[in-house]
Amino acid sequence: MTALATSRGEEREERDGPWRPAAGQVCAVLGVALLVALTASVCLGSTRVPPGEVWSAVVRGVSGQDAAPGTQDLIVWRLRVPRALLAAVVGAGLGLVGTAAQALVRNPLADPYLLGISSGASLGAVAALVLGLGAGGALGLGLSAAAFAGALASFALVWAVARRGGGFRPLRLVLAGVGIGQFLSGFTHYLVLQAGDEQQTHSALFWLMGSLGGAQWATLALPSAAVVLGALALQAKARALNALLMGDETAAALGVDVARLRRVLFVVTSLLTGVLVSVSGAIGFVGLMVPHACRMVVGGDHRRLLPVAGLFGAVLLVVVDLVARTALTDQELPVGVVTSLIGAPALLYLLDRRLEREH
Amino acid sequence: MRTAIEDLQVTLSGRTVVSGVRIVAGEGEVAGLVGPNGSGKSTVLRTVYRHLRPHAGRVVVGDRDVRELTAAEAARRVAALPQERGSDFELSVREVVAMGRTPYKRAFAGDDGRDAAVVAEALEQVGMAGEGRRRFSALSGGERQRVLLARALAQDPSVLVLDEPTNHLDVRHQVELLALLRQQRRTTLIALHDLNAAASVCDRLHVLHRGAVVASGTPREVLTPALLAEVFGVRAAVVEHPLTGDPLIAFDHRSPVAREVPVA
Repeated sequence: MTALATSRGEEREERDGPWRPAAGQVCAVLGVALLVALTASVCLGSTRVPPGEVWSAVVRGVSGQDAAPGTQDLIVWRLRVPRALLAAVVGAGLGLVGTAAQALVRNPLADPYLLGISSGASLGAVAALVLGLGAGGALGLGLSAAAFAGALASFALVWAVARRGGGFRPLRLVLAGVGIGQFLSGFTHYLVLQAGDEQQTHSALFWLMGSLGGAQWATLALPSAAVVLGALALQAKARALNALLMGDETAAALGVDVARLRRVLFVVTSLLTGVLVSVSGAIGFVGLMVPHACRMVVGGDHRRLLPVAGLFGAVLLVVVDLVARTALTDQELPVGVVTSLIGAPALLYLLDRRLEREH
Repeated sequence: MRTAIEDLQVTLSGRTVVSGVRIVAGEGEVAGLVGPNGSGKSTVLRTVYRHLRPHAGRVVVGDRDVRELTAAEAARRVAALPQERGSDFELSVREVVAMGRTPYKRAFAGDDGRDAAVVAEALEQVGMAGEGRRRFSALSGGERQRVLLARALAQDPSVLVLDEPTNHLDVRHQVELLALLRQQRRTTLIALHDLNAAASVCDRLHVLHRGAVVASGTPREVLTPALLAEVFGVRAAVVEHPLTGDPLIAFDHRSPVAREVPVA
């Protein structure tokens, strides 16, 4: 009976559905795209370096050899490679964190930037710098811890405001997030201005708009570790995330400990956001756009969506950073400026579509 | 599995919503919960699928208190169809039904052939075979409820809990869904607004009023004009259904039983 049902089911199942490529194929394509984007990002810029030279410089760099004379090894290995890798790591992290945040608040308009979490992280990081807690070792652990604390606090605040009066509507959540985010950004601005020249590390623009300009090999380790651990933690909860989309009661009936899952998601989201913001500032809209785009291709099942969103986020941010570096001839744009230019219209489109559906 | 709700009390933000509730559904029995809005039907059901924790009393499924089981163990015994509608996240029908396998899976475990077979069989049972790739959010209300029932069946539960499963469905889809339920021959706890549907689908009815069970028994025993007047505030005659022989309630839609006169 079962075998019969299966074969008949599969046979008939080909109609009436969007075509969906296998997640493995999508990941393979995105993996290749990431390698191409990384190579392009290292090749292009104020000085052009041919791809062959890039890869030989990478080989020399990895094997610890000295720079070959007459090559661009220094630019490639010390500046561009870490920057391209940071873009990939931050992009992957933002894609994952956006996916998790959207499932957590059951709202496809969520993203750490819109929900004010990034602003909280920025404020935490800046406050730590101004108070002189920023050192915290070469890995920037102190800075990231402060950013994490800021992220967690602002997320909790937005959550509490949005849930007042029971339940939450998408618009209410976004408004609460944007409002609180602006409030916290105001504080950040103030602190950066107050600190003046003493705040040598980064400008207000860095914290509020996001930039990958500060990339070094030393700052790569912590965000990479955080993104890998975050990805594993979320992947382990992928089925539970699916269940959560159907509602708290359904999730409970499916054997998910909803309260505990929420706590885990709160912490993972805030931790990732905090670490990412501490190395790249608050880059907006990547966490919003990436899950949306990926859902259109592989659907909403988190077991497939999470890896695809991570990879696509990496590719997207590497490309966007390349654009930000090379669009203007005399100076580079902060990467967050470019993501906002793409992302804000995307948000308006999504909001419009959503409101239309609700009415 | 025999399911017994024993002396249940639930308190929500300081207010006791239900108390002293005792309901037993024998193996394979369909137990209906009926009562006016706010009488506590959903609250009782939520303790069975562990969304709410009882303040006092317990829910025993088979031989175990559901609160003594792990969340996954409980979900392998009890599947539920709550009233919530979920959200639009580009899930396909098959993905929604496959969620029913959640309590059987460890972290990182993929779906195997058995899961695929269970999902296909569940879709077949609700008449949705071949529709697995459609977008869940594009389904009609009736299809949606059938898919959600398939998700519950994919949990391979001993007990089904359904909270107003026929809400927002047209008559034909109501009849189809309830017929599907009867075919299941599983122990079922179901809250229903439609008393005539409850009378024909349920083996036993439990009438809730202001958070307490005020009557339990077969539909014929329970659904009397006196009870309908007292609990539901309506005048009605109870006759025999000309086709099925079930009790049929004929409401008098013209004159309600006098209640407190509303202040204009």
